[in-house]
Amino acid sequence: MTFDPMHLIPVAPELFLLTAACAILVIDLFLKDEQREATYILAQIALIGTASLALLVGGGERQVVFSGSVIRDGMTDLLKASICVIAFGAFLYAKEYLKDRNLFKGEFYTLGMFAVIGMLIMVSAGDFLTVYLGLELLSLSLYALVAFDRESGRGSEAAMKYFVLGAIASGMLLYGISMIYGATGSISFAGIAEAIANDAVNNTIMVFGTVFVVIGLAFKFGAVPFHMWAPDVYDGAPTAVTMIIASAPKIAAVAMAIRILGEGLGGINADWQGMLVILAVLSMALGNVVAIAQSNIKRMLAYSTISHVGFIFLGLLAGSQSGYASAMFYAITYALTALGAFGIIILLSRKGFEADRLDDFRGLNQRSPWFAAMMLLLMFSMAGVPPTVGFFAKLFVLEAAIRVDLTWLAIVAVFFSVIGAFYYLRIVKLMYFDKPADSAPLQAGMDTQIALSVNGLAMLALGIYPAGLMAWCVAAVA
Amino acid sequence: MKTIYLLIALMPLAGAIIAGFFGGRIGRAGAHWVTSAGVGISAALSLYVLAGFVGGNIEPFNGSVYTWMVSDGLTMEIGFLVDELTAMMMVVVTFVSFCVHIYTIGYMADDAHNWPKESLAGKNSYQRFFSYISLFTFSMLMLVMANNFLQLFFGWEAVGLVSYLLIGFWSVRPTAIFANLKAFLVNRVGDFGFILGIAAVAMYFNSLDYAEVFAQAPGLADKQITLWGDHSWSLMTVIGILLFIGAMGKSAQVPLHVWLPDSMEGPTPISALIHAATMVTAGVFMVARMSPIYEFTETALTFILVIGATTAFFTGLIGLVQNDIKRVVAYSTLSQLGYMMVALGVSAYAAGVFHLMTHAFFKALLFLAAGSVIIGMHHDQDIRNMGGIKKYMPITWITALLGSLALIGFPGFSGFFSKDAIISAVSHSQIAGSGYAYVLVVLGVFVTALYSFRMYFLVFHGEGPRDEHAKAHLHESPKVVTIPLILLAIPSVFVGMFTVGPMVFGDWFKNAIFVLPEHDTLGAIGYQGVGWFLGHGFMTAPLYLALGGLGVAYYIYMKKPEIADKAKDMAGPIYTLLDKKYWVDEIYQAVFAGGSRGLGKVFWFVGDRVLIDGLVVNGAAKSIGWFATVVRHLQSGLLYHYAIAMSLGLLLLLTWFVIL
Amino acid sequence: MIALSDYLILAAILFSLSIVGIFINRKNVIILLMCIELMLLAVNINFIAFSHFLGDAVGQVFVFFILTVAAAEAAIGLAILVVLFRNRRTINVEELDSLAG
Repeated sequence: MTFDPMHLIPVAPELFLLTAACAILVIDLFLKDEQREATYILAQIALIGTASLALLVGGGERQVVFSGSVIRDGMTDLLKASICVIAFGAFLYAKEYLKDRNLFKGEFYTLGMFAVIGMLIMVSAGDFLTVYLGLELLSLSLYALVAFDRESGRGSEAAMKYFVLGAIASGMLLYGISMIYGATGSISFAGIAEAIANDAVNNTIMVFGTVFVVIGLAFKFGAVPFHMWAPDVYDGAPTAVTMIIASAPKIAAVAMAIRILGEGLGGINADWQGMLVILAVLSMALGNVVAIAQSNIKRMLAYSTISHVGFIFLGLLAGSQSGYASAMFYAITYALTALGAFGIIILLSRKGFEADRLDDFRGLNQRSPWFAAMMLLLMFSMAGVPPTVGFFAKLFVLEAAIRVDLTWLAIVAVFFSVIGAFYYLRIVKLMYFDKPADSAPLQAGMDTQIALSVNGLAMLALGIYPAGLMAWCVAAVA
Repeated sequence: MKTIYLLIALMPLAGAIIAGFFGGRIGRAGAHWVTSAGVGISAALSLYVLAGFVGGNIEPFNGSVYTWMVSDGLTMEIGFLVDELTAMMMVVVTFVSFCVHIYTIGYMADDAHNWPKESLAGKNSYQRFFSYISLFTFSMLMLVMANNFLQLFFGWEAVGLVSYLLIGFWSVRPTAIFANLKAFLVNRVGDFGFILGIAAVAMYFNSLDYAEVFAQAPGLADKQITLWGDHSWSLMTVIGILLFIGAMGKSAQVPLHVWLPDSMEGPTPISALIHAATMVTAGVFMVARMSPIYEFTETALTFILVIGATTAFFTGLIGLVQNDIKRVVAYSTLSQLGYMMVALGVSAYAAGVFHLMTHAFFKALLFLAAGSVIIGMHHDQDIRNMGGIKKYMPITWITALLGSLALIGFPGFSGFFSKDAIISAVSHSQIAGSGYAYVLVVLGVFVTALYSFRMYFLVFHGEGPRDEHAKAHLHESPKVVTIPLILLAIPSVFVGMFTVGPMVFGDWFKNAIFVLPEHDTLGAIGYQGVGWFLGHGFMTAPLYLALGGLGVAYYIYMKKPEIADKAKDMAGPIYTLLDKKYWVDEIYQAVFAGGSRGLGKVFWFVGDRVLIDGLVVNGAAKSIGWFATVVRHLQSGLLYHYAIAMSLGLLLLLTWFVIL
Repeated sequence: MIALSDYLILAAILFSLSIVGIFINRKNVIILLMCIELMLLAVNINFIAFSHFLGDAVGQVFVFFILTVAAAEAAIGLAILVVLFRNRRTINVEELDSLAG
């Protein structure tokens, strides 16, 4: 095996971001508190650079480098760029929030960037080892971020829970990987797929291992019954961190699922399809129903995420090209929607006040009709009301499920999303039909306002023209 | 022509945008001028299009305007299909909407009183209202002009959305918010069926375009599909019933009718426009539009027929016991929608759509007249407090009388032609359930007359308003209110006799509606001209039932109090005679009015309040809420419980997939 | 000669012990960290056993990575533990229930 410097080109985005993150970590040491803005700007530049680099080195044939452990193809180009864009938005929204709470430190951005690197590695993984390393890099950064507010008891409790459950989940994932390795003698997805195709594997051990791997995935997604961390972490973590957890990692998780289940275990599709069906039904049912009983919007959005995961699984479990494309479409648009929703929560919060109760949304229309309209679009998109993009995301995954003769599952999904529409529309009702409980004017910088407006209008724009992104997703999995 | 169609659809949208976003800047007069002008232009152009079709110098148009996306060969686009059916609907929608716009100028003039002082929500409410009704007009036009299922669905959802916004318009009233939530939830049930129906169309026809789907329909007429289990279903039946479930929600058919009476919480102009003339008839329009599908499924037709007949009769009964003037009209709307559905069920699509048109005029008229009375009575809506209003509001009185006569199907009025066409079609139908439907629609005629004239007499005749203060202030409404009444009264009286020939029995709908020869119930009537049809009416029962209902109402609500008063004065043997006569009254009261009123009360209470409101709507909401609170406790906050949940999940998957 | 299945059974037992340990222990968060460590070690046994019997070195390489990551994980875990103790003055698992519902 020889080292070919050309192999570094496909991983250039990761290398760039890693270098940038390390450099920023050092630069930050020499900055005074009032110069902290520089860290923020550098971090944003690094993210934009990474996204551009991902698109720059992208395109063309699929490349497999480093003995099959890293892949670059259409999927990595699209997903890496999306992850960077979402992280960019999250950093932007978070800035004011962090400043108001005395959390505006360089570590937030470096940890955030390391999490992004973890996600990028997950996206481009070609074997289980790379996936595992990317996953751990992401998870460890997130654990630390959840406890970022060192004065907060709730934050540290959430971090502890997240850490312990996350460690169990990665233990289970590893156990599953070891079983699959034992059955096929390979940890690379291509090798595993080949072994399955040659019929050279013990099926029981494979399925046994697959169960554990699926659980590892389900935990990362937050699918029932591996979802218990989600509401507590969403609730306990600072909103700026919740925003990061709720958005981009879902995209990375979809990539991981497509790599492992589609490329690696595609040959035993029938087995994992059943598992995902169970998880999807449970997630949609529990997520949508329990969300109704929430009075805290961060917890509500946690349960809402759980239900959306059910929909993403619907696309994944179809096991077809169009299914993967629809799951990818769903994850990207969902991440964008969640980003916007948390952005609005941050917009409503201010120094010494967390707008995390549903009641804080009362009468938003009278305080700021424009941002009430943005929130309306975001909530409509989550509920799947046409013509927002959420409708098409749901339509595409349902179509994928119906194509593999899982019509009953599609009906169940529609049924639960009808229930789910209730709690999103409750927010709309609070915003438009109730009197404001608090009339303090909204404070936000121009950059946040513009970004939130773009974010909200994107729901409509992508809904009116979903074909572009969908075509990209289809091309990415082809 | 495409430009004209685009203009028709977009003028109201432009009005809505200007009034909605710049309402504060252009002021109240600006808002009503710009929206009324937009809708007025649409109405004029629609009339031009209709005239073109009548004169034969416009051909049906079917073309796409904007292609949204193409996914797996499935084209999603915005397009217009304008044929005779669409042209007629466009005229109805824009004309009624135009009248309502003008009327609203008067009705909402003092809307500021409906909001608490300094309420932010009430700011610019006048402009907002105009923006909403124009937006509604746009959505409704998109719905009727659609040439594909996707656009139909969007229009369908959009009119629903505006309707919720308008029901809850007075958002400071808790009842309005409740009604709006109820309308929303009930309609979700319907939409669930509707979207599944569209999905089924997309799946089996692999197209969403009307023309392509309808062209394939005969070929797929015998296709069977299995949903679950081994039982196979006819594809057409499944699609037909699913789509009709959507129509049941939107057109408020039993058992999804409960939202419509409550929707009367909204301002009266929208009750007239949305909840009487246009939106609620979208279901009827949709089924008529889908006639090439429905013709191949007698099961679905029977389903429509039975639901429609049930709605027509039983909701009419409920109308007998209501005392809120708007609710009486609302139940009457339900009942008339039932009639339209019955017509569709017996394949007399033309008659159903014809009744849709006549009903749009006279029911909008009745609602606006009721609104005029409500303005006069200073927003007291209880008919028991009214009376003698005839003297004070002559124009409202005459137009309401004309509307009521049209509603009960008085010979020569528009309602007579449409209702008689439906009932005659039912009598010629061979389809299962037509016997049941025939009995109910014929009896329904009596009920209709009874409740309509009960209201009419209580409101306009007899002693003046109970409240002296109200009496002193009672006067005719301003011109902006009475002119729309007059405008609507004209078609309510005349439109029937001039159009029944070509529309129902002629070939006006030949391009739009498809009827199999064996279902041609309208042809079986053997129409020979308007005069013949009038004469035919005199030889059948419904006409006499209508007159009987009118008579009974007159007797009970006009004559009885006088007789009772005289009886008190007189004594001796003459009194016994009178008393006997009084007995007849009692029997009338007991048998006709009392019996049906009692029945109405029972249906209203058991059917609406207990079963549907209590169990289905609130019950489902409650049980989901309860379940949610219980499941919430699983999230105990304790780490080891979470770990146990994960392990149980692991065990579940392992047993399911490895061991079994 | 010890068979592959023996190693696998041992690993499975260790793995189950660690999971059971996590939810039987209701007092001390540190024991949770130990259980997690045990779980990773069980996985390592699996990998090494397979690696040996397959005659393939990849499994052993994987183990090195797992060990390294486990060290990082333990560091983060302990750091969180310190923050938690400073805020709450307790590391009792049963008292970590302010977030629920």
